[in-house]
Amino acid sequence: MRRDLLTGGIAVVVLTIVLGIIYPLAITGISQLVFPGRANGSKVSFDGRVVGSSLIGQDFGGRPAYFQSRPSATGYSGDVTYFSNLGPNSVEARDAVRRNLAAYLAREKPYDRGLSGQQVPVDAVTESASGVDPHISQANAWIQAHRIAVVRRLPLPRVDDLISAHTDGRFLGLLGEPGVNVLQLNIALEKEAPLR
Amino acid sequence: MAEGWLQIAVFLAVLLALVKPVGTYMARVFTDQRVFLSPLVGPIERLAYRVLRVRPGEGQDWKAYARSLIVFSLLSWLGLYLILRTQGVQPFNPQGFHSAPWDLNFNTASSFVTNTNWQYYGGEATLTYFAQMAGLAVQNFVSAAVGVAVVVALIRGIVARSGGEIGNFWQDLVRVLLYILLPVSILSALFLVSQGVIQNLDHYTVIHTLSGGTQTLAQGPVASQEAIKELGTNGGGFFNVNSAHPFENPSGLTNFVELLLILVIPAGLTYTYGRMVGSQRQGWAIFAAMFVLFAGGVAIVYMAEQHGTPAQHAAGLHTHAFRGSTGGNMEGKEQRFGIAGSSLWTAVTTVTSCGAVNAAFESLSGLGGAVPFVNLGFSEVVFGGVGAGLYSMLLYVLLAVFIGGLMVGRTPEYLGKKIQAREIKLVSLGVLLTPLVVLLSSGIASASALGRRSLFAGVNPQGFSETLYAYLSQANNNGSAFAGYTGFVQPHAPGNVGAYGISFADILGGAVMLGARFAPILFVLAIAGALAGKKASPPGLGTMRTDNPTFVFLLVGVVILVGALTFFPALLLGPVVQSLTTRLF
Repeated sequence: MRRDLLTGGIAVVVLTIVLGIIYPLAITGISQLVFPGRANGSKVSFDGRVVGSSLIGQDFGGRPAYFQSRPSATGYSGDVTYFSNLGPNSVEARDAVRRNLAAYLAREKPYDRGLSGQQVPVDAVTESASGVDPHISQANAWIQAHRIAVVRRLPLPRVDDLISAHTDGRFLGLLGEPGVNVLQLNIALEKEAPLR
Repeated sequence: MAEGWLQIAVFLAVLLALVKPVGTYMARVFTDQRVFLSPLVGPIERLAYRVLRVRPGEGQDWKAYARSLIVFSLLSWLGLYLILRTQGVQPFNPQGFHSAPWDLNFNTASSFVTNTNWQYYGGEATLTYFAQMAGLAVQNFVSAAVGVAVVVALIRGIVARSGGEIGNFWQDLVRVLLYILLPVSILSALFLVSQGVIQNLDHYTVIHTLSGGTQTLAQGPVASQEAIKELGTNGGGFFNVNSAHPFENPSGLTNFVELLLILVIPAGLTYTYGRMVGSQRQGWAIFAAMFVLFAGGVAIVYMAEQHGTPAQHAAGLHTHAFRGSTGGNMEGKEQRFGIAGSSLWTAVTTVTSCGAVNAAFESLSGLGGAVPFVNLGFSEVVFGGVGAGLYSMLLYVLLAVFIGGLMVGRTPEYLGKKIQAREIKLVSLGVLLTPLVVLLSSGIASASALGRRSLFAGVNPQGFSETLYAYLSQANNNGSAFAGYTGFVQPHAPGNVGAYGISFADILGGAVMLGARFAPILFVLAIAGALAGKKASPPGLGTMRTDNPTFVFLLVGVVILVGALTFFPALLLGPVVQSLTTRLF
């Protein structure tokens, strides 16, 4: 028993130092040397200043000149994350989807007359898991393109080209789902057709 | 859906291809043979024995092995609790976090020492980098190593020809860490960083966003923790939303790799087992039983999630797939994983005892959400936790051998060893203890006003699901959650200012995790000891075979039967109601 206590005590201290300090600091050191951009959060700049991370979605506040991200339970908080936790049979979930759907149609329909509720993709009106989902579906982006084309005074095919250019496809055409990176697409818009 | 099924098929194929090489490597590590890492790791290993004052090769009987394991786990618990209590004075604390209340720390310490990683805390809003690295990540390594040590000891008991020795706990601990967990973690952590998982010690970054708002980006040493979190089937996220967070799991590729990390050791161990008992077919039989139960679950979740939920349909939403949209139930899911990647993860993380999530379980459809319940109801024997899954499955194997023996009217034998009253008593205790703990604790929590304080969905089937899942998950050392259920209230987030714990949920949950981890381990080691002392007799004509499809069928049947008999009434009240109705509440 005394031997176990001694060995156990040494083991806990040594393992804490090796696995808890040396290992993560070594990984940090190597990462900072080899992948500094990635290790520090894949930050993206516009106009000489950091405007966000290409991996973290942002709230564009419903402003018509920007592609809009998915609904978020956290308001796109980057430092306190949680799920909506709305259940499959919950009245609140129904009401939230109904609200989001109405808001989406109210925002997009003036620019896309034929749009009906049945054409709205699911991701556009449901809250993501992380609350900072950087992507929207392609269908969602194609609908919003009508509004962007009018507000930014760009031809619609050009907007669709920009969407394609900022779509992260499946890895090797296989893994994951295609998603349009909203922040990077909006940065491209600002470069291509700045608001005055 | 074709692309989705293809992704799932590719995943299963890659997993299958890894079983043999990984299993072979681990068998060599557990039997003290040279492996390709030996020239590099050997000197470190010998140094470790000197520092720990361990004589390698000195065997322990099951009682000595269990004593070392319990003493080590107890000291680990104390160390982690101390770290969690002293956040205010720690280095690597750029956000100036204080410690959470003592009852929450009790829950968290118990959670990580038992390989559960239940999260009542929110990582990025409450924990210092020091506590994440030196506290939680260390337990991610060692609790996994303890699980592997136990199954290796059990295998040694099964194959021992005489004597009562089942190996040396300290040696097993060191070898699992140095030859398996640490090297794979280093490589996968660096790979994850190359794909966008962050790894730094900076202050959280305040960003002025493109449209003129502000956003604070949490930072931290995430990749080093993410790697072992998956590899050790731990599952406690650096961030509160776990592997749904883009900084933990940025792409379809990382999702795929993280899923492989979760399953590779539990799946490989079945091959290791076959090799160590001298018959690969025995290992493949166990693998086959696990695989059938796993693949069925994946298919059900995927189809259910693709269908959408009653709430979404009632709101007038069309949830079918069309060009440019996956359709399906995207509530609580990330676009880059879609329905297929989220469904696969949901099944993988609940058959193993990982518990990391990339989608919100509480927002799963009724039937999709029932699959995690069923997987946990099988007591984590379908691949299960690192080590823990195989030793739990071996209990069911012995049970199946016993039932099969009764059916054909012969003394039950497994691999030449008679299975007698003592072993079957221990097996029954091991098999029934966890379900019993689940039913008692969730019953108490449902019936008492104290338990209802943790509810998010309210007093309805969803609320009952939250409660049952909480104790099912904690007792099976899984750690995934219907995350509305809470034990920690943080009104002025972040930084723990004004935060308080719901002591009832914290303490009951912590006790459940500790009891349901260490009691079965003791039963398993006792069985190892009992078997080690037995003489093996060669198989005769009447010996029931345990390596053919008939036995696989029997084993699957026993697992389903025990799970169904135990949990069916409870499941009726929550997930089954939710699967069958389109009514809202």
